[in-house]
Amino acid sequence: MNQNFQQLRLESVGRSFETASGGAVAALRDLDLTIRRGEFIALLGPSGCGKSTALNCLAGLTTLTSGAIWLDETRIDVLPSERRGFGMVFQNYALFPHMSVLDNVGFGLRMRRVPKAEIGRRAREALQLVQLIGHENKLPGQLSGGQQQRVAIARAIVIEPPVILMDEPLSNLDAKLRIEMRAEIRRIHTQLERATIYVTHDQDEALSMADRIVVMRAGTVQQVGTPREVYGRPRNLHVARFMGYRNVLPFRVVGQEGERIAMDREGVRLAGQALAVGEGQREVSVAMRPDDFELAGDAGDNTFEATVRTVEFGGRDSLLFVSSVLGDLYVRLPGALEPGDRVRLRIPAERALAYAEAA
Amino acid sequence: MSTGALLLKPPRDRRGWLVAPAVLLLLALFIYPFIYGVVISFQPLEDPSPWYNYVHFFTEPSQWNTLWVTLKLAVPATIINVGVSVPVAFALRRNTPAQRLVTTLLVIPITLGTVLIADGMLTFYGPSGWFPQVLQGLHLYMDEVRLTHNFWGVLISLVISGFPFAFLLTLSYISGIDPTLASAAGTLGASPWNQFRLIYFPLLVPGLTMAAALSFVQAFAVFPSAILLGAPAGPTRVISIAAYEAAFEQYDYGLASAIAIVMGFAQLLIVAAMFMFRRAFYSGPTTGGKG
Repeated sequence: MNQNFQQLRLESVGRSFETASGGAVAALRDLDLTIRRGEFIALLGPSGCGKSTALNCLAGLTTLTSGAIWLDETRIDVLPSERRGFGMVFQNYALFPHMSVLDNVGFGLRMRRVPKAEIGRRAREALQLVQLIGHENKLPGQLSGGQQQRVAIARAIVIEPPVILMDEPLSNLDAKLRIEMRAEIRRIHTQLERATIYVTHDQDEALSMADRIVVMRAGTVQQVGTPREVYGRPRNLHVARFMGYRNVLPFRVVGQEGERIAMDREGVRLAGQALAVGEGQREVSVAMRPDDFELAGDAGDNTFEATVRTVEFGGRDSLLFVSSVLGDLYVRLPGALEPGDRVRLRIPAERALAYAEAA
Repeated sequence: MSTGALLLKPPRDRRGWLVAPAVLLLLALFIYPFIYGVVISFQPLEDPSPWYNYVHFFTEPSQWNTLWVTLKLAVPATIINVGVSVPVAFALRRNTPAQRLVTTLLVIPITLGTVLIADGMLTFYGPSGWFPQVLQGLHLYMDEVRLTHNFWGVLISLVISGFPFAFLLTLSYISGIDPTLASAAGTLGASPWNQFRLIYFPLLVPGLTMAAALSFVQAFAVFPSAILLGAPAGPTRVISIAAYEAAFEQYDYGLASAIAIVMGFAQLLIVAAMFMFRRAFYSGPTTGGKG
C-alpha cells in the first residue's frame, strides 16, 4: 500500500450486526473522519461505543455495512485485510506463540517474500526501535507483558504500513508501565511519520498521546477535536462526563449574552460559560470538574458553602465529597481537611460549563 | 522465624485417603488382571520354554500376519479420521448453528455402539442394500459393489465409529486456538491458506497427535465389526480375533495373553512414535499473549 499517502478518509462508515432475534443493531453509524499523514488519532469512548468496530473496519477484520474508506484515491474497504497492509496491534497482542520473537516480527516481511537476510536485518531494526534487542530467540511466552506489547508493535511497524492501528494496546499492562509505554508509542509514531489510530477508553491516555481525539458513544461520534478542545470545551454533557466533569447540576438561567451566562440555584449566583445553550433557554445543566474548585476567601458570585462528608486522600490533594445548598459534589482540594469541616468553595466562571440538555 | 513457628506443623491433610477406593478398584480391575495375564503368557500349555507362546506367535504366519492385517486397517482408518476432521473442524471452528448441527449428528454414531452400526451397514452397504442399488440405478457403477464382508466393510465401520470421535477432539483443539492470531496474520499479509498453514496447523499438531493416538488405539482394538462386517477367516482376521480364538476356541489362555500383550506393545510403540514426533513442535498455550 501507498506509504506516501496524504490522507485516509472514512465516509459515513457504518457497521450493524444481526441479533439473535433477527433484528439489526448498529455498532457504528455514519463515521466521517479524515486523517492526515503523520497524525495520531485516538478513538475514545466507553466499552461498546463502537471504537473497536471502527478499528476492525479499518483493518479489514469486519466488513462495512455502509460507507467507504479511501486511502487517497484508492478505495480500500473492499480489500481483504491481507491486501490493505495496515499494521495492527491487538489488545491481547496476538503474538504467534510458536514462533520466536524474531520470526514474529519478520512474519509480515516473510508474507511479502522479502529475502531472508533482509527479513533478519529489518526485524532486528524494528526490535531496536522498541528496545528489545537481545530477546530475538525467545518465545513470546518467555517475555513479560510489556515486552510482548513491544514485540506486537515491532511486528506491526516492520512492514512500514501507511497506517498503524492500535486496539487498547496498554490495557493489560500495570499502571507504571502504561505511562512509560505512552511516551514510547508516541516516540515511535513521531519517528515513523505515518498515521496512528489508537483505540482507548482511558481519557488520560487519549489526552496525552493524540493529536486529535474522536469521542464516541453508542456507535456515533460525539466530538472530534484536539485534546485541549475536548478537555476544555466538551461538546455535550456525555463528552463532559467522560472527560471528568463529575458534577452536573441543574441551574435556572438569569441572563445570557453570547457564551457568557448568568444562572441561579437555591440563591447561589453562578456565572458560567454556555457551550450548547440556545437563546431563551430557561433551565440548563452545569458541568464542573472536581479539580476546578478552589477555596474562596469571601462570599460572592460563584461561591457557596459546603460541608465535607468524606475524604479520599490522594497525596498532593484529596478528593472530597461535600454537601451544599447546590447538592452533593465531588471536589478536589489541597490541604488537610476532615469530614465535618465547613469550607467556602468557588468555581471560576470559565470552568462552569452550561448545556441545554437535562442532566 | 521463631522456633515456636517451626514447631507448628500444619494439620495433616487426610483428604488424600479419598483416592483409596479408586486405587483399590484400579488394582482389582486393571493391575491385577494385567499382571496375571503377563504371568500366564509365560506359562505355555505344553512346551517347557516360558517364551514358547511368543515364539509361536511370531513364527506362525497365521498368527503374526494378524498384526499386519490390523495395522492395514488401523493406520488408514486413523489417517482418514484425523485427516478429514481437520478441514471439517476448521470450517466449523466458529460457534454457529452449522457447527451445533454437525456436532449433534456426529454424537449419534458414538452412542450407537459398533454392533448396531454393523447391523445398519449390512442392510445399507450389503449386496442388495440401498447404497449398491442406488449406484447401479444411477448407472454409476455397473459391476458388483462389494462393501461388506471384506476389508472395506471393516474400514468403513472404523471410519463411521471413529470419525466423530476424532472430529470432536479436533474441533475442541481448533476452537481453543485464539482466532485473533489468524486475524493478526491476516493484517500482516497472510492469505487464508497461509493463516492455516503457518498459524493454525503448527498450533494444532500436538492436539492432532493426541487425536490420532486415541483414534489409532481405538481402531487397533477392532473386534466386533471385523467379525460382523469383515472376513474374519482371512482378510480381516485382526489380532483381537486371534486372541479371542486362542482363548475361547482353543482354551489356551497363555497364548491368548501373549497375543494380547503383543497387541498392547504394538500400540504402545506406535503411540510412543507419535509422541516423539510431537516433541518437534511447539506445545503450550495457544493464545497470543495476556488477555
